[in-house]
Amino acid sequence: MVNFGNLLQYLAVQSPQQILSGDQLNTTAMAAYTLPALPYAYDALEPHISAQIMELHHSKHHAAYVANLNNALQSHVVAVTSSDIASQIALQAAIKFNGGGHINHSLFWQNLAPASSEEAKSEAAPSLTAEIQKTWGSFDAFKKAFSTTLLGIQGSGWGWLVKDGSGLRIVTTKDQDPVVGGEIPIFGVDMWEHAYYLQYLNGKAAYVENIWNVINWKTAEERFLGTREDIFKTLSAAL
Amino acid sequence: MSSTLLRTVPALRGALRASGAAKPAAALASTSFVRGKATLPDLSYDYGALEPHISGKIMELHHKKHHQTYVTGLNSALETIAEAESKGDFTKAASVAPLLNFHGGGHLNHTLFWENLAPASRDGGGEPSGVLKTAINEDFGSFDTFRKQMNTALAGIQGSGWAWLVKDKQSGTLGLVTRANQDPVSGPYTPLLGIDAWEHAYYLQYENRKVEYFEAIWNVINWKTVASRFEKA
Repeated sequence: MVNFGNLLQYLAVQSPQQILSGDQLNTTAMAAYTLPALPYAYDALEPHISAQIMELHHSKHHAAYVANLNNALQSHVVAVTSSDIASQIALQAAIKFNGGGHINHSLFWQNLAPASSEEAKSEAAPSLTAEIQKTWGSFDAFKKAFSTTLLGIQGSGWGWLVKDGSGLRIVTTKDQDPVVGGEIPIFGVDMWEHAYYLQYLNGKAAYVENIWNVINWKTAEERFLGTREDIFKTLSAAL
Repeated sequence: MSSTLLRTVPALRGALRASGAAKPAAALASTSFVRGKATLPDLSYDYGALEPHISGKIMELHHKKHHQTYVTGLNSALETIAEAESKGDFTKAASVAPLLNFHGGGHLNHTLFWENLAPASRDGGGEPSGVLKTAINEDFGSFDTFRKQMNTALAGIQGSGWAWLVKDKQSGTLGLVTRANQDPVSGPYTPLLGIDAWEHAYYLQYENRKVEYFEAIWNVINWKTVASRFEKA
């Protein structure tokens, strides 16, 4: 269950220039979220994720979440200034869906890396892999458990490795629900069909197998060692 | 009742349209269901027959791969339940409920979907006639308003799911509902017309432009099937 208050908090953290107080509470005071640039080229994850998928996923899907989030937030500001509580409540679903879509994809792009890069080697995450081995017995056992979880998602959603307190866990979130609450997202895998269909068609097991080649373990290690706030500060710098 | 979801004999396929669809939950939960296996129904048209509105490649993958996976998953869930039941392990049987709902719903939804589509050159497209037309006009104002509302409902689905034109069993009125993932239409509603809003239903042809798919699909709606479901509901 997503904590809506937390989500808004994140969105606020991501956009520090956003002014939402006092007499500046009007639509012109709203700073808009923007589509972050990818840290690599669209074809950089080939052959594991095709350039066509990456381009559509980033320039169309992610862009749509950003645009719809900005629209919903702008309407929300209008509803707040006019004390229209019914509209504020009605907008929550759109803010959660599109805000979640923006957060999830922003985290996703950063936790991927070209297969040939140093970041894509699990050696780039010594502390994290040690903790993974401690939790699942072996790195392979973890990969198997994570892959099984991904393939068990019914409908659209995401699979995440999260740090919960001091321990690691695998969780799933449906549709564009983000990981909120106390959990720290270490890396996420998008299991929406648009993330793989043009290349893998119905063969999502092959997509799940290949995604391991492009996980950015350097980012994963940083997120594992950092706090939640660190993650979203890093994120906000890119947005 | 439960056998209406199966295709152990060809004659039962019509029964799915007639009444089985109205009570999927009851049918799926019935233990007599395990007497036969669910099978992939044949399409009544070729994979390429809905072009250019839905490509042959989409239809082939959608039917042969996706729908087949639901059929296989449904049979597997039913076997697990039967085995658990025979051992008196009802906790295990109950734990399969989500898989039964997902794969059973997927089988049911797609079976209804194939039947409420038809090539534009045959029964597909146009507008409903007769009592269905009258009912749509009464409950939505006009066919055009209905179509717009259905497209708005489809576009508003957050994630995977379906939109359905349904008949309320008690009031007899028509309405629109959406269902997440493969949740089937059940309870107080009889499904009349379903449109699949999963990305696999359109992505190879329309990519992220799902609104174009929702516009195009009206060219291949089989109103004869929808009218028949309405009259029997």
